[in-house]
Amino acid sequence: MLSIKNLTVNVNDKQILKGINLEIKAGEIHAIMGPNGSGKSTLSHILSGKAGYTVTGGSVTYQGKDLLEMPPEIRAREGVFLAFQYPVEIPGVSNIYLLKAALNSIRKYHGQPEVDAMDFLTLVKGKVRLLEMDEKFLYRAVNEGFSGGEKKRNEILQMAILEPKLCILDETDSGLDIDALKVVAEGVNSLRSPDRSFVMVTHYQRLLDYIKPDFVHVLAHGQIVKSGGAELALELEEKGYSWVEDTKAA
Amino acid sequence: MTTTTASRYAAEYQSLAPVLPGQDLPWLQQLRAQALENFSVHGFPSLREEEWRYTNVSAIEKKLFSPSINSASSSIDTDWLKRYQLKDAWSVVLVDGHFSAELSVLAGLPDAVSVTSMADALVKYPTLLETYLGQAVDNLEHGFIAFNTAWFTDGLFVHVPAKQVLAKPIQVLHVATQADVLATTRTVIIADALAEAKIIETFVGLDVAYLSAAVTEVFVGANADVTLYKMQCESEKAYHFGGIYIKQARDARFTHHNLAFGALLARCDIYADLDFASECELNGLYLGAKRQHIDNHFRINHLKPNAISRELYKGVLDDRARGVFQGRVIVAVDAQKTESQMNNRTLLLSDDAEADTKPQLEIYADDVKCGHGVTVGQLDEKSIFYLQSRCIDEETARNMLTFAFANEMVDKIKIKGLHDRVLEQVLVRFPQEGVEKSWL
Repeated sequence: MLSIKNLTVNVNDKQILKGINLEIKAGEIHAIMGPNGSGKSTLSHILSGKAGYTVTGGSVTYQGKDLLEMPPEIRAREGVFLAFQYPVEIPGVSNIYLLKAALNSIRKYHGQPEVDAMDFLTLVKGKVRLLEMDEKFLYRAVNEGFSGGEKKRNEILQMAILEPKLCILDETDSGLDIDALKVVAEGVNSLRSPDRSFVMVTHYQRLLDYIKPDFVHVLAHGQIVKSGGAELALELEEKGYSWVEDTKAA
Repeated sequence: MTTTTASRYAAEYQSLAPVLPGQDLPWLQQLRAQALENFSVHGFPSLREEEWRYTNVSAIEKKLFSPSINSASSSIDTDWLKRYQLKDAWSVVLVDGHFSAELSVLAGLPDAVSVTSMADALVKYPTLLETYLGQAVDNLEHGFIAFNTAWFTDGLFVHVPAKQVLAKPIQVLHVATQADVLATTRTVIIADALAEAKIIETFVGLDVAYLSAAVTEVFVGANADVTLYKMQCESEKAYHFGGIYIKQARDARFTHHNLAFGALLARCDIYADLDFASECELNGLYLGAKRQHIDNHFRINHLKPNAISRELYKGVLDDRARGVFQGRVIVAVDAQKTESQMNNRTLLLSDDAEADTKPQLEIYADDVKCGHGVTVGQLDEKSIFYLQSRCIDEETARNMLTFAFANEMVDKIKIKGLHDRVLEQVLVRFPQEGVEKSWL
């Protein structure tokens, strides 16, 4: 699904990612953990195509194609979805409008006709119920005046409707209380499938209590310093990030 | 203005005078004579005047528009007019500055409420008009006001007596149908204590060059509530001057929505005098393209304590369009506890578009909360990226965001029929495809 090889990235001439290697197969869930400033967010931004980063070396191959060559909307249409750490408020554009525009962009890209109005509403309303959201949210402006939890839920709603192949969750747990976290996690879990992969970027282990990863990678100083199974997250929680940072140094 | 231009207009006045309404009213004759004299000397405003420094009206002088003596309402395509005329409203239609009874809809008005053409009102309510006409505005303030005072051929008169609440909005449609013609109209709106009214001024025209010069005076009585909408969809060859002058009594509330889409050159004046604890809210949206010039100009006088004023104007300028925002809030020495917030946000879509924005606060009291905020810029890159990450290409994303920026002001319009018509105007400029209107 995704193959990152020796990826190095600069921001304003400062090296942030210093040689990342990561292989993600279809159906796998990978957690990327790390302290603040380790380069976690940079990695998710690079995968989704945000401007302001310079790739100085290495490659990212997604389903056999060079991901870094594609503009952000093409990546999205090819199935890469970034759930934002800070979802952007778009006053004046309703959620339902954005959802339909996004879905039709994908369909058009793949040579399919536009979604039927009734089918679309049925689809969207089903997903809204799944995420325990109020239907009124659909007609409100995208993320405008939403609480932190509502914004994150809205990201998952978009994901559920667009059915991406590679889902990148950037600090999805930040700003969520435990109830919201459970709902979001259930939403993500309901989307797990053998042909869909997840990259969860997170500072804390608690999201992983609800979404069990297959692999955990620890990012520090722009490199993956340790990889392991789900148990690595628990070990990290117990010993703190200094444990892996020290390991690397030693 | 050259004296020849002014005297040319003044000469035309002689032939026009006999057909102007209210010629039997000495007070009005005096008002008109004074205004004409003033106009003959000073002409239209020049760039040398501080409040006109960004707006050059010399093209209007060169054009020498002629007054229309008769209304040509029979030639109007009613289907075209329906695009602007609201169904669920009383309406007064003014064609080239003259009242058209056949196009107007006034049936079912409550007896106590007066809604008539200005010409009729000068016959029916001369004493009331003597008290009000020219009292919310300095008739000699600048050339357009003087010109309007001297020349107005008709207009709208609304009187809502105390405690009356209008069930439907009143729409005044200014329709221009002839090339090189002047439409000079005067509107007086009086809402007595505790009255409530919603009034819509709509300006439309056929695809010709003309000058529309309208002056509206609004008197909002104690605790009364008036909402005035202005939908300016003049032809793109037209020149538009529209001045709105408001006097608010204590605890009066006035809300204005100014939606400017048309005209080659449009200037809107809004002056408000605020009494004790009154509230004045001014919302505006202007979309400029090609070589359009749109000037919005305000003066809010906080004369007494505890009044509140809020202004939010948003502009979108493309091509070589130019938008001017000049807002002046004056807080008198005893207008303590004044609250005022003035905001102007302009989106520039092209390198050649220009925004001139000049918010001014003049505060003579010492216990007030006043502020202003101005932004001139481009679309937010974060928002564009967010939409791109949701499969939408950059151009579509920009179009969506520009629409959304403008739509905030459209959303403030609570009269459904008007909201939909204004939305249509915005959609002409920034089409949103594949979306149901009710979702916008």
